[in-house]
Amino acid sequence: MNKIWLIIKREYLTRVRNKTFLLSTFLLPIVMMLFIFGSAFFAMSNKEKLKKIAVINDPGMFKANLKSDSLQLTFDFNTTVDSSNYFAKGYDAVLNLNNDSAARKFTIHSKKQLGIDAQEMIETRLDRAFENNQLQKNGIRKQTLDSISKQSIGAFTIDNRVTSDKGQYQEVNAQLNYGVGFGSGILIYITMFIFGAMVMRGVMEEKTNRIAEVMISSVKPFQLMMGKILGIAAVGLTQFFLWIVLIMILSSVVSAFIPSELIQQAGDMNKNMPVGGGNSAMVMKLIEMKQTVSNVNWLQIISCFIFYFLGGYLFYASLFAAIGSVINEDPQEAQSLMIPITMPIIFAFIIMTSNLNMPDSKIMVWASMIPFTSPIVMMARIPSGVPLQQLILSMVLLIAGFWFTTWLAAKIYRTGILMYGKKASWKEMLKWAFRKS
Amino acid sequence: MNILELQNLKKYFATQKAVDDISFTIEQGSIFGLLGPNGAGKTTLLRMITGIFYPDYGSIIFNGKKFDPSKDIANIGYMPEERGLYKKMKIGEQALYLAQLKGLSRQDAMRKIKTWFVKFEMESWWNKKVEDLSKGMSQKLQFVTTVLHEPELIILDEPFSGLDPVNANLIKDEIFNLAKNGSTVIFSTHRMEQVEEICSHIVLVNKGTKILDGTVAQIKNQYKENVYRLGATTSAHNLMTYIFEVIKHLPNELILKLQHDSTTNDVLKFFIGQDIPINSFNEVLPTLNEIFIKLVEGTPEARQFQATK
Repeated sequence: MNKIWLIIKREYLTRVRNKTFLLSTFLLPIVMMLFIFGSAFFAMSNKEKLKKIAVINDPGMFKANLKSDSLQLTFDFNTTVDSSNYFAKGYDAVLNLNNDSAARKFTIHSKKQLGIDAQEMIETRLDRAFENNQLQKNGIRKQTLDSISKQSIGAFTIDNRVTSDKGQYQEVNAQLNYGVGFGSGILIYITMFIFGAMVMRGVMEEKTNRIAEVMISSVKPFQLMMGKILGIAAVGLTQFFLWIVLIMILSSVVSAFIPSELIQQAGDMNKNMPVGGGNSAMVMKLIEMKQTVSNVNWLQIISCFIFYFLGGYLFYASLFAAIGSVINEDPQEAQSLMIPITMPIIFAFIIMTSNLNMPDSKIMVWASMIPFTSPIVMMARIPSGVPLQQLILSMVLLIAGFWFTTWLAAKIYRTGILMYGKKASWKEMLKWAFRKS
Repeated sequence: MNILELQNLKKYFATQKAVDDISFTIEQGSIFGLLGPNGAGKTTLLRMITGIFYPDYGSIIFNGKKFDPSKDIANIGYMPEERGLYKKMKIGEQALYLAQLKGLSRQDAMRKIKTWFVKFEMESWWNKKVEDLSKGMSQKLQFVTTVLHEPELIILDEPFSGLDPVNANLIKDEIFNLAKNGSTVIFSTHRMEQVEEICSHIVLVNKGTKILDGTVAQIKNQYKENVYRLGATTSAHNLMTYIFEVIKHLPNELILKLQHDSTTNDVLKFFIGQDIPINSFNEVLPTLNEIFIKLVEGTPEARQFQATK
């Protein structure tokens, strides 16, 4: 026991002290936060400077209704301007409304390209002006229309209450559950590969360095294998823990500076563009989500995540260790031997992504029971609520599963780690695995 | 007292009988040579002695009791033929780690590492990584980690390969030192001149079986072929006799082989009778190399053996 502890300590410390670990641990959350807030911030603050646009040859339909705003666009009905002298007179562009208005295609001249946003904005203004014009023509008051649409848009919402076993109502947010489930499923998928491959490389290193024989003369092969697997599991947990702490610190720091402005702007934009402002709608949704986030049972999700991360990792890590033990020097051998192990992981991922919107479908329930796929699939189901007996069964099967794979892998590992020269075939590995001690 | 007794050890693999009924004993404090061509079963035998493999049949008695790997490996130091160290680890930490795995406490290990590092002039290496060491340097480190926990039984597989003569002598002296202090050394090699120099007791294995067992002197005597060297100036007409057969004839020296009913005195009488002055007369014992080549010749492994000698 003392020896396995020494091995765990070494495996853990050499990895945690490694520069790559420090970089990935500290940079990833920062990069992620920068990416999320940066893109949101850019979307908000990327206002182009005020554009002055001269309008010429107006047939009269737009003059009354084409509104300037002080932020982005001003329209100036100036009869002295034409497409040759607008720049000299201080305009950014000149809009010629001379064309046949039945074709609904006008020309705008500018020195620089206007950009999609500006062009869209001008088109929206023209549409609005045309709409107002038509309303007046047909005798409908603009205020009447506005008040009707104000009442009707977003007038009704549906609140999905799920009856839990205890008969209590629980408010759910399907989208949030989807997001959390998907996120944790992906995280388990990625970490299983990262840390599984780390175990395999560690075993290969020991074998090709020929340290394995020295080690095996001091400790049992099983201790050496488990020490490595547990040491790397500790590295994984450390990394998660640091990520959670860092993300919490960073998000509180960032939200102390940005959100008031961000929310303000989101509100502004909403007022300015009642119809179809993609960004502002997203921000509103995010703010709304922030409120429902507290409804999610985070404690359950995080503890299940840790369980399924460890369970799934232990289930596959010993298999990765066994693969690492039969490989000689050539990493190409690893590729082909890894396929039978990576296939179920990828399969689980595909099941999860293609059925996530039906968390209680038959395939999801089955896949969340079988240890080969359960860590990924069950994690995706948990946020939407899983019957307790299913959760317990899945956990018990996973624990039994990793006992079995560890037992199996240890026997392959014990023989493989000291075998040099020829590559072991699957048949041989199975023979090692199932022969009596 | 015998530190190790092997009784009818057998280890069969799917394709071959790696060790097929081998027994021998090793005396405490001796330097024991385990010899044999490549593929003879030496490594398998050593792996059974170090507890890496379990024998299929037979028993190992260590220090008078049945060998119990989980307990007894703390008293064994094993340096495999293929050296192995963690490349990215610092040298000091590596030595400390391996010593702790052998059951030494941290302070105890530190103290012993320091002594050995001073002895081998390695103090300045502590924070270097193994990948920065030359082959000879890492060999020395490997040797230190093998003997650090003061094992009763030290097993060295080709300990001198890759060492320059100075470092080889350093290690050789340490081996003698360890034996003098009561440790037993098992020394596995193909290099016969080292065996003649170092080992008191040898065993030769070939194709999984033991074909030779005894002290160097015993074995040489056992395989002597009644060959003598005679220092005298002779010419061909002096040598017409049935007492001996001339193997090599030089102007001032004769190598001759006695016919089996002759004695050395017959030879001397023969030359004295001819009034030829004799400067020297001594027996030529076969070298271990010759004995081994003779013994394993004809087996497929022998060709390999000769190539590597």
